[in-house]
Amino acid sequence: MQGEYRFAHRHIISMDDLSVSDINHILQTADSLKEISTRAIKKVPTLRGKTIVNLFFEPSTRTRLSFEIAAKRMSADTYNISATTSSAVKGESLIDTARNLQAMGPDAIIIRHASSGAPNLLKNHVQASIINAGDGTHQHPSQALLDLMTVKERKGRLEGLKVAIVGDITHSRVAHSDIIGFTKMGARVHVCGPNTMLPPGLEAMGAVRHRRVTSAVRDADVVMALRIQKERQRDPLIPSLREYATIFGINREVAALARPDALIMHPGPINRGVEMSPEVADGGQSVILEQVTNGVAIRMALLYLVLGGSD
Amino acid sequence: MRGAHPILLENGRVIDPVRGVDQVSSLLLLDGVCRLAVDYDRLPAEVERIDLSGKWVMPGLIDMHVHLREPGEEYKETIVSGAQAAAAGGFTAVACMPNTKPVLDAEAGIALVADRAREALVRVYPVGAISKSSQGEQLAEFGEMRRAGAVAVSDDGRPVVSSQMMRRALEYAGNFDLPVISHCEELSLSQHGAMNEGELSTRLGLGGIPNAAESIMVYRDLALAALTGHRLHLAHISTRESVALIRWAKAQGWPVTAETAPHYFTLTEEAVGRYDTRAKMNPPLRLKADVDAVIKGLKDGTIDAIASDHAPHGELEKEVEFDRAANGIIGLETSLPLALRLVRDGAIGPARLVELMSVNPARILGVPGGTLAEGGPADVTVIDPEREFTYGITDVVSKSRNSPFLDWRFTGQAVLVIVGGRVVLRR
Repeated sequence: MQGEYRFAHRHIISMDDLSVSDINHILQTADSLKEISTRAIKKVPTLRGKTIVNLFFEPSTRTRLSFEIAAKRMSADTYNISATTSSAVKGESLIDTARNLQAMGPDAIIIRHASSGAPNLLKNHVQASIINAGDGTHQHPSQALLDLMTVKERKGRLEGLKVAIVGDITHSRVAHSDIIGFTKMGARVHVCGPNTMLPPGLEAMGAVRHRRVTSAVRDADVVMALRIQKERQRDPLIPSLREYATIFGINREVAALARPDALIMHPGPINRGVEMSPEVADGGQSVILEQVTNGVAIRMALLYLVLGGSD
Repeated sequence: MRGAHPILLENGRVIDPVRGVDQVSSLLLLDGVCRLAVDYDRLPAEVERIDLSGKWVMPGLIDMHVHLREPGEEYKETIVSGAQAAAAGGFTAVACMPNTKPVLDAEAGIALVADRAREALVRVYPVGAISKSSQGEQLAEFGEMRRAGAVAVSDDGRPVVSSQMMRRALEYAGNFDLPVISHCEELSLSQHGAMNEGELSTRLGLGGIPNAAESIMVYRDLALAALTGHRLHLAHISTRESVALIRWAKAQGWPVTAETAPHYFTLTEEAVGRYDTRAKMNPPLRLKADVDAVIKGLKDGTIDAIASDHAPHGELEKEVEFDRAANGIIGLETSLPLALRLVRDGAIGPARLVELMSVNPARILGVPGGTLAEGGPADVTVIDPEREFTYGITDVVSKSRNSPFLDWRFTGQAVLVIVGGRVVLRR
């Protein structure tokens, strides 16, 4: 690793906060930690004695589990708080929850919350490191980092790649983090979806906007479909899932427009037959399960880096 | 008024555009009224002579749009505490909006405010609701509210959704010569928003409120003012499109006036920064082009008044996730210093400032003041245009502290405020 470089972040909240060097360092760290998960005894003592709280105000299976496995593989003690068991349902404010958690001295709090900016608020009221596991429609940095890791592993580089992201960009925190992350690393992100799902200002973030999925996907090195999140749609954005699947779904014909060695990605969970057809999701170019595997490595790296574990 | 003793204001620059006056002169305040012809040989024995060299002497400033939270949310503000903040900010009168708990939608509520106002440092004029509980379904009793002291009607805080309801309100208000103050917001466009819609809202992952959410409703209400011929006043104008529409409507001779708030000519959406809830208000802070258009509107007469939209909130409402935070900021103590920035920048002159903050609010609401006329009320605001100060958190007079202007450094502040001949602020 670079001689003078030091990872200086105590919190991981937004891809905006990370420099190219930071991202490279995280990817390298994840790469070196990934091997632990292939051992017979998948545990190292790196974070022994560290207390990590998973504070999830939104339902989540894979992200919460991924963080928990990452923490446990490094011997940290983990505790899970979900919205259904937390004081949130009793009307306690986020700040009060934070202060109470702080009084118990956790080293890191991993938060998922329906409100954009909730991790920023939490950060101001606790001493623990904050890792954003998805806030509202703002950011999901660990997902973007695992996407970068997956693409870099397969392609050997990020610079100069064409990355197509198709779906509800407005309501996707994954898309926001990916656009910033891939662009920062020298890839070009092309987005497409119904115009009702494309927010203003994408160009300023570095993305190229397309009206037709065919032009977004053509010659792409990476094709990512986003989950149509019915639970996030508070106003009518599309006439029907059927029409969405017909016009914006990634099926075999659309996928064939990308480069022959293009990677097919999805942040999960997939609505099969809506944003992606089963034969594409399960096809030879799909790296969807590698994304999940790399997720554990990325989260190990993030916890290791923010908690300053010793080698 | 109680506590009034004769006061001679000497050597100040008297700025009174209604009389066409802008010159150094003296003013005697006697028995609660102004005396313009000062006979130095026959001054009252107990007169206090105040030397105001270098100061500006203006008719008392009137903030025609504040929220005083009483009744119902006295932990945020009361009529008495809000009036103290008003005096500290240089105002001699305020008009308070009816979105209290319960809503001021009938004679009893207006009478309660009028009663509490007797203990307030400045004049407090209640605004009554347009509709019962501001639900937009049934007209409130304008006639009885007028008799109890209401000076205008408004469902401020929420728009009147039904165009027919707004039409009826304008027609019926005409019977009582009450201006109808409209909060222009097309809810179906704004309801999921937390800030201005654009690149920044996308980056922050916050729901956006487009300019059209305001300007659509501005046009609707302008059209209804033209249809009914009755006086419409548009509250807290924030967008370039609204300014253009109002300019056009005035050129048609339509009976409309408009106000903006200091934050709309001072701040842009950038103030939201990293989810700073002190920059969350409705309408939201916009872009530089909107700020510029609002300032142009203040200059050219399109916008008639500066009003603070003083909206006190406590930690409960503001120290929370951005999308869950309440809208609004306190403004009584920073409104004049922010307006004085426009004067220092050369955007408006001192006389225009008096029009925007005294003459026009008095005229729109039909209340006394707006000029220092012989025999008129001795409501006077004296400004030291060179006085420098920092608005620190411990300086806040309001019960609430939700201001994006904390720790700002200002030049220009009220140093003497007189209501009915009685000194309510002296610095």
